[in-house]
Amino acid sequence: MVSKIPTPSFNPKFIIFKLFLIIAVINGFVLSNFASILKKSLHIITFVFLLFATANSLAKTITVCNSCSAKTIQEGINLADEGDTVLVKKGIYKEVNIIIDKSIILLGENLPTIDGEDRGEIIKIVADNVTVDGFKIINVGTSYTADYAAVRVIKKDGFVIQNLELEKLFFGIYLEKSNNGKVLNNKIKGDAVNEYNSGNGIQLWYCKGVEVRGNTVQNVRDGIYLEFSDNIIISHNKSKNNLRYGLHFMFSNNDIYEYNTFENNGAGVAVMFSKFVDMNHNIFKKNWGTAAFGLLLKEITDAKITNNVFQENTIGINVEGSNRIDYKNNDFISNGWAIKVRGACYTNNFENNNFMYNSFDVSYNSNLNDNKFNNNYWSDYTGYDLDKNGIGDVPYRPVKLFSYIVNRTPETIILLRSLFIDIIDFSEKVSPVFTPDNLLDENPKMKTINHDRS
Amino acid sequence: MLKILKYSFYDLMRSRWSYVYFLFYLLLGVVLLFLNNDLSKAVITLMNVIIILVPLIGTIFGVMYYYNSREFTELLLAQPVKRSSIFLGQYFGVATSLSMSLVIGLGLPFIFYGIFNSNAIWDFSLLLVTGAFLTFIFTALAFVIALCNENRIKGFGYAILLWLFMAVIYDGLFLMSLLYFEDYPLDKFSLLATMLNPVDLSRVLILLKLDISALLGYTGAVFQKFFGTDFGLVLSSAMLVIWVAVPTFFIWRIAKRKDF
Repeated sequence: MVSKIPTPSFNPKFIIFKLFLIIAVINGFVLSNFASILKKSLHIITFVFLLFATANSLAKTITVCNSCSAKTIQEGINLADEGDTVLVKKGIYKEVNIIIDKSIILLGENLPTIDGEDRGEIIKIVADNVTVDGFKIINVGTSYTADYAAVRVIKKDGFVIQNLELEKLFFGIYLEKSNNGKVLNNKIKGDAVNEYNSGNGIQLWYCKGVEVRGNTVQNVRDGIYLEFSDNIIISHNKSKNNLRYGLHFMFSNNDIYEYNTFENNGAGVAVMFSKFVDMNHNIFKKNWGTAAFGLLLKEITDAKITNNVFQENTIGINVEGSNRIDYKNNDFISNGWAIKVRGACYTNNFENNNFMYNSFDVSYNSNLNDNKFNNNYWSDYTGYDLDKNGIGDVPYRPVKLFSYIVNRTPETIILLRSLFIDIIDFSEKVSPVFTPDNLLDENPKMKTINHDRS
Repeated sequence: MLKILKYSFYDLMRSRWSYVYFLFYLLLGVVLLFLNNDLSKAVITLMNVIIILVPLIGTIFGVMYYYNSREFTELLLAQPVKRSSIFLGQYFGVATSLSMSLVIGLGLPFIFYGIFNSNAIWDFSLLLVTGAFLTFIFTALAFVIALCNENRIKGFGYAILLWLFMAVIYDGLFLMSLLYFEDYPLDKFSLLATMLNPVDLSRVLILLKLDISALLGYTGAVFQKFFGTDFGLVLSSAMLVIWVAVPTFFIWRIAKRKDF
């Protein structure tokens, strides 16, 4: 049987459909960009939506509230078709295992609360192009066999997860094998006490092309966790007071993270086994503790670390087995160790950085190899500049003898700030005997380098 | 003994050196607070000064005072006063006035700065207490040295040597032994070696109270575990008391037998 397809231009019904489609697109645009303004004028938009729900059955809005026909979110989703909006009114919804299996927009009005009552996973997305916007999700169940998450996306593309507030959670937003989505402006606040029974704030597992922007993550195990995820942009996030790492990177290549703040995390930020990672304009501060660091690099190659601030960390950057990395225009301020190089590192270039008031500037426990220090400012530099070109005439040796000794025998750190140590450091500075004599900055700057971080 | 303590004390209170010493600490405190507004950083800088300078001044001043007041001592010896009370009185007079200069000199600027409203109050009081202990310890050692040596030059020499040993050479030997025995577990050894030297003990006690203790890493954790407990605290205070008591006992014993 052959059915005749009507040509759209001659069919008035199709013109109306098109018109509404345009309105829908504009509405969608308003939705994703002006969420905060939207809240105020939501009733108008709801009205428009309702209008077209009555006029056209293709993109309707289903309202969920305590007195509506759809009383639970799952019922609302079941009633919806592809492309519909499910609007959830303010209230408390005690639901778990909400499964979104169609391309819909799940929209919360005035931050409705979904309470999982510690019974398990809350929202599961198993369709492409799903938007979840504006909910408060609390009490995600804890399990030692399943990673329950507040929102999970499974093998689907084009998701947008935004303006959520997650509290009392196990895992927060869990993306698994899902690509080209966005995770925007969420607030995640956990109550993690132990590493073994807590989850991560935002977890990406085998994802590609995801944007993670403007989120605040605190008091969970790892703030943001990436594993096998490529081409990810992580920007303008705040990750603080987390039990383990603020950001944890494993086997993830070609990623960018910029303009983030990582503060007071258990161990700082760990970037491991990854290639072509660009880290810029981040702030790493107050990662202070006996086993803490600002940034841990392990088996990283071809990375760029530029324009970051490392402040008050026990170890600013801990580098292990990392090659071809550029460290430029960073500030290292008041750290225990600014940079600790653990060996097997080749072609690391340290240029135009400020090293200010660190207990130890650089610690090295292997050969210098072909790593270079050039044109940095060192607050401990005591040389002179006779030709007034802004560059010291005497090279600076960033490795102190004591730092060398501590590397060899860690127990000797107990002599920190002893007069004897000051004396031997001084004599070593005058005539180097033990520290590698090619480890030096040939052109130390005389004045602090002013980095423009706008 | 109390009477002689009083005499020595008032004598010293009137002397120029006490004022100089007092003014020095006052100035140090004011300048430190003026230069950086961070109380806990000021405490770190003060720690460096205290663990080096307090023993030095205690030693020199102790020896100097003993030799200078020799005539007065001989006069006293002719009176019906117990020998031990003469020397112990003098010792406590010197040590008390020195520690008073330290405590008041440093305390005043910090009080005016508002140490009572700050979290650094415990660190600061620990600093002053260890400073006072160090004064008592090194003044006592200086008195023992002075009592043993009639020759002033020799006495001074030994006193300086003693300070040099405690403040610098001891740490050198400590470091060398740590490097030499690096293949063995060194936690207990380094704990013991720290306990045995009052300068090191004070340094570690203060360091562990400050933020900077995070730099000590694993070794620091071992120390923190030891000194953080009541037992560790009692033991370390006991160690400081022993360091005062033993030289004082020697002053008493040598003074009793000494032929003038």
